[in-house]
Amino acid sequence: MPAAIKFSNVTRRFGAVRAVDDLSLEVPAGSITVLLGPNGAGKTTTVRLTTGALDSDSGSIEVLGLDPRTDGDEVRARSAVVPPKPALYDRLSGWENLIFTADIFGADHSGIRPAAERFGIDHALDLDVGGYSTGMRTRLALARAMLHDPEVLLLDEPTAGLDPESARAVLNLIRELAGRGRTIVLCTHLLHEAEGVADKVVLMASGQARIVGSQEDLADQFVTNPAVIIDAEDRSMLRQLEKHPDVVSAEWNGALHVRLTHLDRLPDVVAELVGSGARITRVQPDNPTLETLYFEMQRSLRETA
Amino acid sequence: MRLDRMLTVARIDLRRLFKSKDYWIPMGFLAAVFFVALPFLLLTIVTSTTSSDLVNKIGEVLQSLPGPVQENVVGETPAARGAYMLAVYLLAPVAIVVPLTISSAVGAHAIVGERERGTGEFLAHSPLTEREIFFGKMLASVVPGFAATAIGFGIYSLLVNLKVGPLVGGWFFPTPGWWVLIIWVVPPFIAMALSVILWVSSKVRSTAAAQQAATLVSLPVIFAAYGVSSGLLINPVLAALAVGIGAWALAAVGLITGSRSLHRERLLGFGGDG
Repeated sequence: MPAAIKFSNVTRRFGAVRAVDDLSLEVPAGSITVLLGPNGAGKTTTVRLTTGALDSDSGSIEVLGLDPRTDGDEVRARSAVVPPKPALYDRLSGWENLIFTADIFGADHSGIRPAAERFGIDHALDLDVGGYSTGMRTRLALARAMLHDPEVLLLDEPTAGLDPESARAVLNLIRELAGRGRTIVLCTHLLHEAEGVADKVVLMASGQARIVGSQEDLADQFVTNPAVIIDAEDRSMLRQLEKHPDVVSAEWNGALHVRLTHLDRLPDVVAELVGSGARITRVQPDNPTLETLYFEMQRSLRETA
Repeated sequence: MRLDRMLTVARIDLRRLFKSKDYWIPMGFLAAVFFVALPFLLLTIVTSTTSSDLVNKIGEVLQSLPGPVQENVVGETPAARGAYMLAVYLLAPVAIVVPLTISSAVGAHAIVGERERGTGEFLAHSPLTEREIFFGKMLASVVPGFAATAIGFGIYSLLVNLKVGPLVGGWFFPTPGWWVLIIWVVPPFIAMALSVILWVSSKVRSTAAAQQAATLVSLPVIFAAYGVSSGLLINPVLAALAVGIGAWALAAVGLITGSRSLHRERLLGFGGDG
């Protein structure tokens, strides 16, 4: 896939601080890319550089084949940003906020109500946004971002402070847009929300993309010992695994969570258990969560440093 | 720069302003004091006085005015002439003060307010150009001042014509000089003040700092505009037209310079003083 967004050795300083430091990054068109990292890692600055809201000090940026520094207006017209704080006009009603956006982006007013309905905020469109809850504000911000059907959607911590229903609306939106070939960048430090949606994971730290890859590739790279959940009718029979040569570690957590030296050893391990008389009720791969992966990657970075 | 998008920025700002009673009630009060309450009180005193002392003092003031002004003052009695002078030469220049004050208050908040509310983030990521935002804000700042002035000046004209007109032979206000002043001379002074105030608003970090700076900026402009207005009422219309050309030239320079001061980064909250 060609890159919808491409950063090449981009640096942006704020005084002595390098918010983005020699960042090189590619976001494939039509993909979901998740930027992970602690606060101050450079995620928000990366979003702002993408739309040209901020200028870089050095390096080059290409978005949809355009340079945001010279063609920023077109880049911004073809993209949308949902910031951590929804940036809505409190004194205006939800409807007025959406009308304003539609007029700025040249979008048809007929799309306003469907967008609001889609995020379940249509019932409150006549109310001033100042009276909205956090969830309602985020839903309105999402509806606003959809009005002009952006080719690139940049979501910067969109589910911060959201109720589960609203958070799910965000994730559904991400999946649906990606299904329609839109390019999505999701910045977050809430790992569970990025779980399973990311085509590409970028771990940012100190303004740099330190680790990049798909969740599966990164799992192979950083979680070297595959994990499996095993359970049996008589759990005492499973204790023999704690000292098994092919088992690196074993932990009880409802069932026995074991890490093997290699996944190829699993059939032999299970056969030995059965041979010793254990009646196995469960053998299930325990794929590493993004959270596990994140901490493994962070640990790896610390060791490298 | 696209006119429709600039008008959208102005429209939405005006809509927010209209819904902010805490803003327009004090401003309406200000306009009412300058255009209605104060003139009514003073004109009532002058036109209904029976005090020979006061009449004599008005006569002395009239004698001290420049020759051309004395020739233009209409009325048979000292009270009538005093009321005419008050209406045309002393009170009417407040038409400069009111729009400048109201527009300055709106303009000071215009850009820094976006930063403070966080809505600057939305504008920064939008396809609006910095100039569309600047001139949209400018227009939204001008309109309330002019609307208040148009309404206030209309009421003021009615008031002075009803109170002073019968004493000087009929309705007389606005005089031709005033039309030139209000249409041709006042707007560039407002544009000049606002260009500086919006420039300040794009530079500072808080509304409080913007308002302090706006006061410092607008006061000299108000005094200058008041002085020019008073002076032009005495001089021929041609002088007012010439002063207007100069004021428009200065305003154009101010607007171009001001519009270049707004950068997206400032909308996001970066940079700025105060």
